Amino acid sequence: MKIKALLTLILCTFALGTSLFAGSNSGKKEASAAPMVQSANPDSMRIEGENRFHANCGRCHAVPQKFPPRMMATVIRHMRVRATITEDDQRLILFYMTQ
Amino acid sequence: MSYLFGKSVWVRRRRSVPGIGIVALFAFLLAGPGFSQTAESDKPVPILTGNVGTFSFVTGGHNLIDTQINPVVLVPLGDRWLIESRAEFEGQFQRPPDGGPYGGPVSKHVDYAQVDYIANSYVTITAGRFLTPFGIFNERLYPVWIRFLQPDPLTLPIRTAPSDGVMFRGGFPVNPQANVNYALYVSATSIGIDSVDAERHVGGRVGVFLPGPRLEVGGSWQKTLQDDRKNAFGFHMAWQPAKLPLNVRAEYAHAFEGSGYWAEGAYRLSQSRFWHKAMRRTEVVARAQQFFVGAIGADAEAALNLPGANTQEADFGVNYFLKDGLKGIASYGRQFSSAGNFNQWSFGLAYRFLVPLGRVSGTQGVQ
Repeated sequence: MKIKALLTLILCTFALGTSLFAGSNSGKKEASAAPMVQSANPDSMRIEGENRFHANCGRCHAVPQKFPPRMMATVIRHMRVRATITEDDQRLILFYMTQ
Repeated sequence: MSYLFGKSVWVRRRRSVPGIGIVALFAFLLAGPGFSQTAESDKPVPILTGNVGTFSFVTGGHNLIDTQINPVVLVPLGDRWLIESRAEFEGQFQRPPDGGPYGGPVSKHVDYAQVDYIANSYVTITAGRFLTPFGIFNERLYPVWIRFLQPDPLTLPIRTAPSDGVMFRGGFPVNPQANVNYALYVSATSIGIDSVDAERHVGGRVGVFLPGPRLEVGGSWQKTLQDDRKNAFGFHMAWQPAKLPLNVRAEYAHAFEGSGYWAEGAYRLSQSRFWHKAMRRTEVVARAQQFFVGAIGADAEAALNLPGANTQEADFGVNYFLKDGLKGIASYGRQFSSAGNFNQWSFGLAYRFLVPLGRVSGTQGVQ
């Protein structure tokens, strides 16, 4: 019972800490990251996306074919969770895989 | 895939986990804004993916035909949610010792059924049954279309039974040269060593990925929350040099069930100067591994599909990528242990499929 309470406390603390940490920074990060993607040259974004694809995805599997954007969006959300890729990696790899 | 020692029958018992539910709810409510709305034309669509494989394993002169299908359903909801599940249907067919047609059991089970909530740039919360993030093989490399060699590493059963509970995970850059990824989990009910045991445990994995040299190193830890409250730990690495079509991976695991390591490499012959068209589709692979028995008995070892004696094994193989998602495999290995030495051959085909479960708009079709 004590263990359960301790675990709950640890997880609550972790959730609170990460949420507050993310809450205090995510706005700034999103504000800077989103314009970077939107205003960047599509060619450089594609090259960066390809680099990140090979660095992240290539460690586990070969290059797959490109699928329609709505399918790729699902696959890459799945890989964000499964392979713990970063949010920037997710965005750039999705851009590369849907070009 | 553990054709040598046969499949154990796993029974899962479910228990209520109110504390964990409260934590998950708490985190959901506190999550800060993550990212902007997705445009209508780019909204993710549910998909059915997975792999199909059929293999012939010849172990010590005995042939076993292993045919399996592993469907994966992915259902995205809104901008932050994902429901995902994978099942495994596997038939292992052999000829009876006295001759006759091939026959054998067909096993089926759910590997994971989980709900993911991408809370923000740093945290994704997962609840349900999930693959235990101990090492990298179980979570990332298990599917037959991904793995270099079809026989499982000897250490795979160590601390990798599915977990039922909640997990926090994510990946984020700590500076332009390094990303950190982590997973922290608590499992209230899981699969024990024998078919009636359940287990509670906590654990975590952390890795540092250096995008420049394309190197990841990390470690895993797990502690059981009952009986002797045993600890298990492991290390992993993955390296893919940018200038060579080479992929190197390794893992070490230590637990009361046993310990051991495996290291494998795959080299794509894309730089070959002859037969380039065929060679660029060809990959040669090798794996070395060693296993040391732990403090559990022979029955528990057999139930976990672990070797019953200290074992060494070397494997070599060739993969040929016929088209996207379809590869032919062949490998040879030799196992050495006090229980006996033997050869093992494998041949087969692995295919990854992916189909939408909804309308896919846009100009690009499936190529």
